[in-house]
Amino acid sequence: MIWNEKCECMPRDELTALQTRRLQATVKRVYEKVPFYRRKMDELGVKPQDIKSIRDIRHLPMTTKQDLRDNYPFGLFSSPMSEIVRLHASSGTTGKPTVVGYAREDIELWADVMARTLCSAGGTEHDIIQISYGYGLFTGGLGVHYGAEKLGATAIPVSGGNTQRQIQILQDFGPTLLACTPSYSLFLAEALAERGIHPGDLKLKAAVLGAEPWTENMRAAIEKNLGIRAIDIYGLSEIIGPGVASECWEQKGLHINEDHFYPEIIDPVTLEVLEPGQHGELVFTTITKQGMPLLRYRTRDLTSLITGACPCGRTTVRMHKCQGRSDDMLIIRGVNVFPSQIESVLLEMSETHPHYLLIIDRVNNLDQLTLQVEVDAQFFSDEIKQLEALSRRIKHSVESTLGLSVNVRLVEPQTIERSEGKVRRVIDNRKLS
Amino acid sequence: MIIQQVSVFLENKSGRLVEVTQALADAGVNISALSIAETSDYGVLRCVVSHPQKAVELLRARHFSVSLTDVVCMAAPNQPGALNRALKILAEAGISVEYMYAFAIGDRALVVIRTDNIKDTISALQHHKVDLLKSSELYQV
Repeated sequence: MIWNEKCECMPRDELTALQTRRLQATVKRVYEKVPFYRRKMDELGVKPQDIKSIRDIRHLPMTTKQDLRDNYPFGLFSSPMSEIVRLHASSGTTGKPTVVGYAREDIELWADVMARTLCSAGGTEHDIIQISYGYGLFTGGLGVHYGAEKLGATAIPVSGGNTQRQIQILQDFGPTLLACTPSYSLFLAEALAERGIHPGDLKLKAAVLGAEPWTENMRAAIEKNLGIRAIDIYGLSEIIGPGVASECWEQKGLHINEDHFYPEIIDPVTLEVLEPGQHGELVFTTITKQGMPLLRYRTRDLTSLITGACPCGRTTVRMHKCQGRSDDMLIIRGVNVFPSQIESVLLEMSETHPHYLLIIDRVNNLDQLTLQVEVDAQFFSDEIKQLEALSRRIKHSVESTLGLSVNVRLVEPQTIERSEGKVRRVIDNRKLS
Repeated sequence: MIIQQVSVFLENKSGRLVEVTQALADAGVNISALSIAETSDYGVLRCVVSHPQKAVELLRARHFSVSLTDVVCMAAPNQPGALNRALKILAEAGISVEYMYAFAIGDRALVVIRTDNIKDTISALQHHKVDLLKSSELYQV
């Protein structure tokens, strides 16, 4: 099933013409309404009328997460607040989150692209969807929710956590689709097995999984353990949230909703635009958003584009599963984590620069964080209770900053490896590629 | 009467303790008393040595977290009730014991005590004529 055949199966020349018109309107809008973009474009000597075709997009300035922070909270909005109907936010590196604003039209287009996503995972108005993404500032829960309602399916807004309740609903409400992070779906599969519940006793047929990196091995395990098809979805709050791209039933790359989100692949070092098929950093321009359109937003996700035809009939360009990042951001249990967040927490607790190492393991399909902190002279006390209090204090501060639980281990000075003067801050033991 | 105890942070890894004792041995630093407090991940080695400042410097040079902590060392007769008497004095003076380690041999028992107030500890014990060792005596024990 294809939700929006007109847009998803549009002939390429028509799509290019549509993208060009939409880009021109967006560039005009941000040039007129967002001082940040006007300044950036003036610096580059680009005027809105210079954008004659979609290929001219490469003359436009790029946008980074830092730009969003610098314009915190509402500096990049192109609609007055009276027209902004929703705010979402994701965690930031220095305590300040990244804020995104949605106009009414944005909420509608978001629902449409999410309906496309659910439809490409086999969803129809006859389906019941258990939405186990968090509801709140995080875009996952509400994003899927509006898409489910748009599709005409039945949305169950369970939100994240509370495994016992999740299982009860899986059994009693008979959802046919599940939306959550891939690791949580594996965790649920285990919890079901522990309770002696066979997947065949449930009505689940597919899951739309995203918000964190995962592998083909994980997919195989999810499909086997839950007896379903696991569909990879991609999105980020800066662009819209979930709904930017989604696999179809073929599971051969994620179709990008490029009538709304125009993708480019760039070399993350030279910033040069790469050809289709080449591996690099994914960059999106929102060409229809009203509340907060972004020009050439650097996602930092590394992947490549697939331009050939897909057997499903959609003509939109596809992207491979993301294979890493061009910055040091980690995605842990669906939460964005930058090592610098931990650094700033430790800096608040001490005068000098503490050495630390973040270790991420996947235990029983759930990510586990261990933070090693070197006990140097400033932290050392010869009383165990002081050391334990220190450890608890670090744990509490890091947990409240990241919103993730963490085990803190105090280690001796100079035990965290230093190489070429640069300290390795993260060891990611999850096998993700 | 204040004794400077050397405290060292040690991870629970085999061979760490011997690195400390080796370093002290090589430098001719004698250990008079020692104890280890441990948790599941790490421990704290506490020792009274012949040359505290020297011990700190050479352990720091080997990247250990080291500190000097003020403790007192009392000598009590090796007989029933002697420790009890001393601890009662502290309790009555409202002084809390953070940790202590002790050993008795012959007619004497030596007790290293860390409290929340070392100065008050010394005056309370001295007031009640409890025998406290001077650092010069203890370092030579």
